[in-house]
Amino acid sequence: MPQTLYDKLWSSHVVHEESDGTALIYIDRHLIHEVTSPQAFEGLRISGRKAWRSNSIVAVPDHNTPTKNWDQGITDPISRQQVETLDSNIRQTGALAYFPFKDRKQGIVHVIGPENGVTLPGMTVVCGDSHTSTHGAFAALAHGIGTSEVEHVLATQTLLQKKSKTMLIQIDGQPGKGVTPKDVVLYVIGQIGTAGGTGYAIEFGGSVIRNMSIEGRMTVCNMAIEAGARAGIIAADDNTINYLKGRPYAPSGDDWDKAVAYWRTLHSDEGAQFDKVIKIDAAKIIPQVTWGTSPEMVLSIDGIVPDPAKIEDPVKRTGVERALEYMGLNPNTPINTVKIDKVFIGSCTNSRIEDLRAAAAVVKGRHVSASLKLAMVVPGSGLVKEQAEREGLHEVFKAAGFEWREPGCSMCLAMNDDRLSPGERCASTSNRNFEGRQGPGGRTHLVSPQMAAAAAIAGRFADVREIL
Amino acid sequence: MNKFTVLDGLAAPLDRANVDTDAIIPKQFLKSIKRSGFGPYLFDEWRYMDHGEPGMDCTNRPRNPNFVLNQDRYQGASILLTRDNFGCGSSREHAPWAIEDYGFRALIGTSFADIFFNNCFKNGVLPIVLPKEEVDALFAMTEATPGFKLHIDLDAQTVSRPDGKVIHFEVDQFRKYCLLNGLDDIGLTLRHADKIRAFEDKRRTEQPWLFAS
Ligand code: SF4
Repeated sequence: MPQTLYDKLWSSHVVHEESDGTALIYIDRHLIHEVTSPQAFEGLRISGRKAWRSNSIVAVPDHNTPTKNWDQGITDPISRQQVETLDSNIRQTGALAYFPFKDRKQGIVHVIGPENGVTLPGMTVVCGDSHTSTHGAFAALAHGIGTSEVEHVLATQTLLQKKSKTMLIQIDGQPGKGVTPKDVVLYVIGQIGTAGGTGYAIEFGGSVIRNMSIEGRMTVCNMAIEAGARAGIIAADDNTINYLKGRPYAPSGDDWDKAVAYWRTLHSDEGAQFDKVIKIDAAKIIPQVTWGTSPEMVLSIDGIVPDPAKIEDPVKRTGVERALEYMGLNPNTPINTVKIDKVFIGSCTNSRIEDLRAAAAVVKGRHVSASLKLAMVVPGSGLVKEQAEREGLHEVFKAAGFEWREPGCSMCLAMNDDRLSPGERCASTSNRNFEGRQGPGGRTHLVSPQMAAAAAIAGRFADVREIL
Repeated sequence: MNKFTVLDGLAAPLDRANVDTDAIIPKQFLKSIKRSGFGPYLFDEWRYMDHGEPGMDCTNRPRNPNFVLNQDRYQGASILLTRDNFGCGSSREHAPWAIEDYGFRALIGTSFADIFFNNCFKNGVLPIVLPKEEVDALFAMTEATPGFKLHIDLDAQTVSRPDGKVIHFEVDQFRKYCLLNGLDDIGLTLRHADKIRAFEDKRRTEQPWLFAS
């Protein structure tokens, strides 16, 4: 019988199955960061258990680390304690790789995994972080888990799971000018809603995905969780294989050939059945901007902010009213007239080299609006930063008035000092526009790196197609 | 983990859709390396008028009088009524830790986000999915009747209303078993240690590159 990619990944990892379908799934790669792991390591110690297979672990601190003045270390004592706790847990437990604070390769966990080749096709990948879905771009079954599950994986190398339903989102057609993978995925979420993928593993397919770079695919899978799906996956192809070749932890020699032969089977078979299929015409997509407090509250750059008076469903209507109030927006405002205070280019959604190149191409030879309080670029990892500096991108950004920072999660969730003040409005390349996400009272609008750059220049949301 | 068998509890209505984990427990509290003590900070930004920080004593913080859980009639509630997609967003288990520590043992809503749903079961909190009409009715009754209580029986898979109506709900049998008995997943899984080892050995032979060190 023809199988979906998800079926293949699932069935190749089942260790044991209970009568109600709950299965024990073997975990190949366990990514760990400082925020969701301390209680798991503590639980392990309390129960006198040991890590089952420490060379499945790759760890890095990213959420709490500062993005400037690294010579001063981590000044916030609670953040420092959390990062030091990770240091000592990894020292005791061991790991395949650990990139501590200030290491040349330190960075956001979902950026450093792929760039070091620790995420490989056919793997199960977990991390105590919902954006683990990112790694699905490599035809890996990857999803976020809670801290109890982190402990479970540490202790048993398995996870208790029920099989998800499968959804295919097939994106065909020629995307227009200025449309990036971020715009594609925001548009998809706008169509299916933030709960549209709940209970499903989403496979992204179609010509748009096939022609997309691996970094673009990571952006798309990264946001599968914002559509409610724990996992987003994309078939392995030549792009995937070329990307992985020569990465430090990717196989080499005979193993490489064997691995590649296997990876080439990691796609949905012709005629495979999905529980749900959604078709998207990419020609309809133009650059996107979110206006509200949920990623599904999204508009095209030529759109206007919704009017609650026109919404019938009472729960929806109050949701829109509340979002407008929080965001400080009036109904029917054209989004391209909305002024911003800050710009953040970074996060595991959009902080890789292609993102920085795309943003730099827009700002080159221009200057950020005098009305901005801050525009910052936070590379996803130390290696991304090095590469960008080799290409001179940092000079482009600095000349345009951007701050060029050290890698980390930064203002994506504002656990360190990078945050919005109440009422401040930000064009952000991150993935969540929830209330308070970038700082209490802060107002986040999600956009692509190019659109963030265009907004920085204009001081308001602007159509990047007019600049390109 | 705490067992969950039956619960007779006061219900409180949180009438918002898409309540995310950032709202349930804001990120500054994630800096803790402990599992407990998050209850006072549950829904921190909605509950208090000032900005909360970890370790803060909440007794004298200014409360937001408009936030539903601050109303006298809902003090001591152990059942939270929720709307669509409750618990969306991050995987932080601090969300169910805060919910449990506050005193909620059951959540009733139309849908829950996957990871959050899963995390609840690991912490002795029972998330119950009911059809929209049932949830709408429960919201209306809770708001109309001070002291509105529900009776939840996990073994029977029922929610009973004071007017006598009994509503059936679905729950995975394995999760139910663990919750009824307060069983720790890890202990259960390790009964299969031999199987895991055998699976791993086979995998190591067939795909050695996955085991690089
Ligand atoms: S960059 Fe943002 S979304 Fe990504 S792991 Fe860090 S905090 Fe989470």
